[in-house]
Amino acid sequence: MDMTIKLEERLAATLARLILDPAAPPARHIAVGAASPIPAAACWLVKKQGHPVRLSLLHKRTGNPFSEGSRELFDLTGQGRIDLFFLGGGQIDGQANLNLVGTGEWPGKSVRFPGSFGSAYMYFMTPRTILFREEHSARVLVQKVDNISAPGVSEPGVFRRGTAQALVTGKCVFAFHPDRARFSLASIHPGETVDSIRAATGFDFDVADDVPQTPDPTEAELALLRGPICDEMLETYPEFCARVFDRKLAA
Amino acid sequence: MTPNSPDSLAATVPDGALLALPPDNSLPSVALARALVRRGAKRLRLLGVPVSGFATDLLIGAGCVAEIQTSAASLGEAGFAPRFSAALKAGSITLRDATCPAIHSMLQAAEKGIPFMALRGIIGSDILANRPDWKVVPNPMGDGVSDPIVLLPALSPDVALIHGVMADEAGNIWVGRRRELATVAHASKRVLATVERMVKGDMLEDEKLAPGCISGTYIEAVAVAERGAWPVALLDEYGFDAAHVAEYARMAKTEAGFAEYLDRYVLTQQAQAAE
Repeated sequence: MDMTIKLEERLAATLARLILDPAAPPARHIAVGAASPIPAAACWLVKKQGHPVRLSLLHKRTGNPFSEGSRELFDLTGQGRIDLFFLGGGQIDGQANLNLVGTGEWPGKSVRFPGSFGSAYMYFMTPRTILFREEHSARVLVQKVDNISAPGVSEPGVFRRGTAQALVTGKCVFAFHPDRARFSLASIHPGETVDSIRAATGFDFDVADDVPQTPDPTEAELALLRGPICDEMLETYPEFCARVFDRKLAA
Repeated sequence: MTPNSPDSLAATVPDGALLALPPDNSLPSVALARALVRRGAKRLRLLGVPVSGFATDLLIGAGCVAEIQTSAASLGEAGFAPRFSAALKAGSITLRDATCPAIHSMLQAAEKGIPFMALRGIIGSDILANRPDWKVVPNPMGDGVSDPIVLLPALSPDVALIHGVMADEAGNIWVGRRRELATVAHASKRVLATVERMVKGDMLEDEKLAPGCISGTYIEAVAVAERGAWPVALLDEYGFDAAHVAEYARMAKTEAGFAEYLDRYVLTQQAQAAE
């Protein structure tokens, strides 16, 4: 097998390890939103490794998991039946606030992003959220977001089941600490240093004396990703599968 | 009697109407959006249920829209919605941001005929700060002072535009598992539907088909429009035409390119005849 590891494969394996983190609340039912091929691959990796997890992929055109329409996801989450969700953002700041509406004055007078989707609800109602944004730059990871789609932490007394567990980027993994509303550097992908991460990050974060390197995906993980997981993802993410796994849906 | 067409249905939508449109993955009637462009509709207020896609961008680009309420607008894998972004920058549309479950909840309030629904989350989001019509109250079922919760007003669209797979002689339409369409149909004052095909009989008499139906009680008029969701997907009937939407995204980057797109795919006799 070709052991050259693509970044997407490394990120999927990294997300899968975070999903399985024994210190975090259990992930029995995970929902994955639109345009999220890498988180979807991570969830499939957890499932194909034999862990009992229910995956609800929102954008499955045929065989969609919801028989009550897209509203069912929010009703399930409202009851606490979705354990884990993934969110990203056009801007993410050092307190894990997410901006999906745009930069400049409300509602994104400078650069408009698509919009908040369900983030202003899901971030509160899911016991844990893994933040994922492949682009790691000072443009995305900012000191303070211009607009808040969904806040990273809430005032005492506001009903909230959980916060971000971690933020995974193309350069590193940050852990989030809701008690002090700050990120700490958890691991660094190959080729990066603490200094290179600092230079590319617009917010302050905590750094321990010894930050480990993000482990490579194992041969078994790569074989799953390139084989049965690609099979599962071809219909929903044809472009991703063609680019990363060099596979096309049979005509 | 002349059978309905998307254009005859579009002729009944008044300028200024509050129009509910499902997103690209949930059976929007793109055929009716194209017909509204041909009729030169003005000052429409669009509601994304709960987000907006191709049909919304088309209507905005054609100058049919004054306001939009949505939780997001995009063309999916083809990127940002170009005419939505341009209109926002030019200040030619007013945007009211929401979040997906809030839109579902406002429609559910209308469906039940009650003035509001409560929803968790949202507190601390700038969405709330920009929605004077959304209120935060202490949970009235708790101690009455703590546990703040958001109240959302009922929202009843003037017209919902949806594309079903089939309609029957009793006026029912079949949308399969996309039950949010039933909610929007129940909540809206009028529903105009296009479908791929007509079928005989009454689908509500068939136990297998009935759960995927919207009852004709809610449907004002139906027109046949084959491939009426194109270029977006329709359940297991046909897929998303990624090449076409990418072509649209390229052309709609500029006003001139968008006008050329309309000429080629929306305004011509053939485009109209194809609906």
